[in-house]
Amino acid sequence: MNDKTELAAQLAVSDQQMIRIQQMHKWYGQFHVLKDINLTVNAGERIVVCGPSGSGKSTLIRCINRLEEHQKGEIWVDGTELTSDLKQIEQIRREVGMVFQHFNLFPHLTVLENCTLAPIWVRKMPKAEAEQVARKYLERVKIPEQADKYPGQLSGGQQQRVAIARSLCMNPKIMLFDEPTSALDPEMIKEVLDVMVELARDGMTMICVTHEMGFAKTVANRVIFMDEGEIIEQNEPEEFFNNPQSPRTQEFLSQILLH
Amino acid sequence: METATRAYPPGEHPDQKPPIGQSGVLYWMHKNLFSSPFNVILTLLTAYFLYLLLPPLFGWLMIDSVFVADSRDHCRELGSGACWGFIGKRLGQFTYGFYPHDERWRVVLCFALFVAACVPILWDGAPNRKKWLYFAAAFPFIAFWLLIGGNGSIAAYGILFALVVVPVVYFSPIDDADGADTGGLTYVLLAVWAFLLIGLQNIFFSTDVDIGIGGLGNVMRTLITLLLIGLTMVPLFHRGMAGKLRRQWATGFFALAALWHFVGGTNFGFSSDHLLTIVDTDQFGGFMLTMVIGVTGIVVSLPLGILLALGRQSDLHIIRWVCTGFIEFIRGVPLIALLFVASTMLNYFLPPGSNFDLLLRVLIMVVLFSAAYLAEVVRGGLQAIPKGQTEAADAMGLRYWQSMRLIVLPQALKISIPGIVNTFIGLFKDTTLVVIIGLLDPLGIGRASLSDTKWQGLSTEVYVFIAIFFFICCFSMSRYSIYLENKLHTGHRED
Repeated sequence: MNDKTELAAQLAVSDQQMIRIQQMHKWYGQFHVLKDINLTVNAGERIVVCGPSGSGKSTLIRCINRLEEHQKGEIWVDGTELTSDLKQIEQIRREVGMVFQHFNLFPHLTVLENCTLAPIWVRKMPKAEAEQVARKYLERVKIPEQADKYPGQLSGGQQQRVAIARSLCMNPKIMLFDEPTSALDPEMIKEVLDVMVELARDGMTMICVTHEMGFAKTVANRVIFMDEGEIIEQNEPEEFFNNPQSPRTQEFLSQILLH
Repeated sequence: METATRAYPPGEHPDQKPPIGQSGVLYWMHKNLFSSPFNVILTLLTAYFLYLLLPPLFGWLMIDSVFVADSRDHCRELGSGACWGFIGKRLGQFTYGFYPHDERWRVVLCFALFVAACVPILWDGAPNRKKWLYFAAAFPFIAFWLLIGGNGSIAAYGILFALVVVPVVYFSPIDDADGADTGGLTYVLLAVWAFLLIGLQNIFFSTDVDIGIGGLGNVMRTLITLLLIGLTMVPLFHRGMAGKLRRQWATGFFALAALWHFVGGTNFGFSSDHLLTIVDTDQFGGFMLTMVIGVTGIVVSLPLGILLALGRQSDLHIIRWVCTGFIEFIRGVPLIALLFVASTMLNYFLPPGSNFDLLLRVLIMVVLFSAAYLAEVVRGGLQAIPKGQTEAADAMGLRYWQSMRLIVLPQALKISIPGIVNTFIGLFKDTTLVVIIGLLDPLGIGRASLSDTKWQGLSTEVYVFIAIFFFICCFSMSRYSIYLENKLHTGHRED
């Protein structure tokens, strides 16, 4: 446990801002989903977002690459503001990778094609080079031998690792993880988490919505607790778990840690 | 404990073969035909029914039938079955309609080229498939020229289109991968539009366009045409050109060349000579007419149907309303009514003096009709694609057209194959409706031939013959769709 907690401390965080969210609000129709969100993420930070379901944590990270539109406030990603301008949205999406709960691999393409698609069509990389890059990342997520299979032939854990490799092939500056292990069988969670820990070790800026508190303790340098569309509390993992301030955080932690 | 009765210790059980008697012909018959008394009765009844039906049918069709005869009476002397001699005598008309006898080789050649063009499209394992696809892209224009005739300028532009514009827009190196984006589509539409103009001018409109450049002289005008065509080809040889520019260049100059040809009226120097005699479309008939309407309808309505389906799902309100309105209107009106509109009312909307070809009008109506149906079939497929697919594509920075072309449509169309082929088969059979507005498709020819006094009372033979033709065409489409579904199956299960 001790050397694990040290890992988080070892990882350097630069003071360069990658994401800045200011007074951001979002509504679904009349429903106020996100309320006055303020969040700054520096390069190299690993942030874990947790909270009860329906608290808006997924919506928050989906706002960062404009899968959801915010109605008020500002979101800046790597120096570019997210507006309805398509060029800026595309530019931000090129720099922000995303991993989904249900993997969302393209079932009609092979694993390799899944990985080369965006580099070829978005980054305009020559096919041979894109394949080389893809194989490198498949190697890194430890499934190089599956390159020519279709996603439907892989296990859940393998699919999620392909999804991570697919995002990495775009060489993103930020990775968003939307409950990456929630749809996995218990024995496959570890293989995905291991890959994510590796990533953190290499200094990737990560925002991760997850209930894996072990992961939060190991790699996160900040844990954010959300409830009913608001950021209730954020702190370093050790403080967050040992000494939660708000009663809602305490209640949430007591519920998930009891099991 | 039960462990004593186990044949192997836990974890060491080898893989074994299934028990004998669970497969083979006898097992299949027992399972499917004689599994219960009720099934035995049904099987026997069916067998009896087939015994009653098949031998006489086969006798009529084959054994007792007459294949060569001079008249109906002659037929009856020779055999008691079907009189195929009549069909044999009329086979030319059934196949070509009233297409001039000396020009029928053009139809045959066109059909042979059609088969050749189908190979690379339908079979992705074809050797040199890419090169063949260029030919397939040029085929419609070559076919147009072969069937209608004229000086070949249309075929020339078709070949130019297939050999220059298609490769530059779709198959150029990956550095301009956004080629299939909105841009690529626009340029192809532009080129197709330019084509329609030449086609319409050469063949369908009798109105002359004169913008006062006749004074330039034929040689000069031809030179300008050739210059524009030469400019079209520049991207093929100038590799350093940026991707976007290549596309704009090739399609732009192609469209300009076609347009210049249209207004300038140059036909590569032999404007008045016709390499092939012009055959009016009212001489088309028989199976050839069925194929022309059916194949054109299928080829043109599929892309149009896909666009309509995408339009109906669009976030842009106006596009959505227009597409929805169009689809609902066309689906709410019988094809016959549309064909009547085509044959009679359309003339009111056109400038006086213009003669808008009846076959073209019918084609437009058939295409619109089946496009509306296809749009709904494709929309069903689109709705079956999980939202996560477009989200993943969006999150990687793919644009709308990229994510549609690369992610959504391949999956949606695969799901829609049975429905699409169903619509195609419907369209193919609906071509027989053109007989109502006076085009002589096989049914029309058949009906006309029945009035021949020498051959009266042979309607069964005629209609069975036509039915066999349609069955062969439709059944092969159906089988191909099954082959395609199996081929595209990648063993995935969506959760």
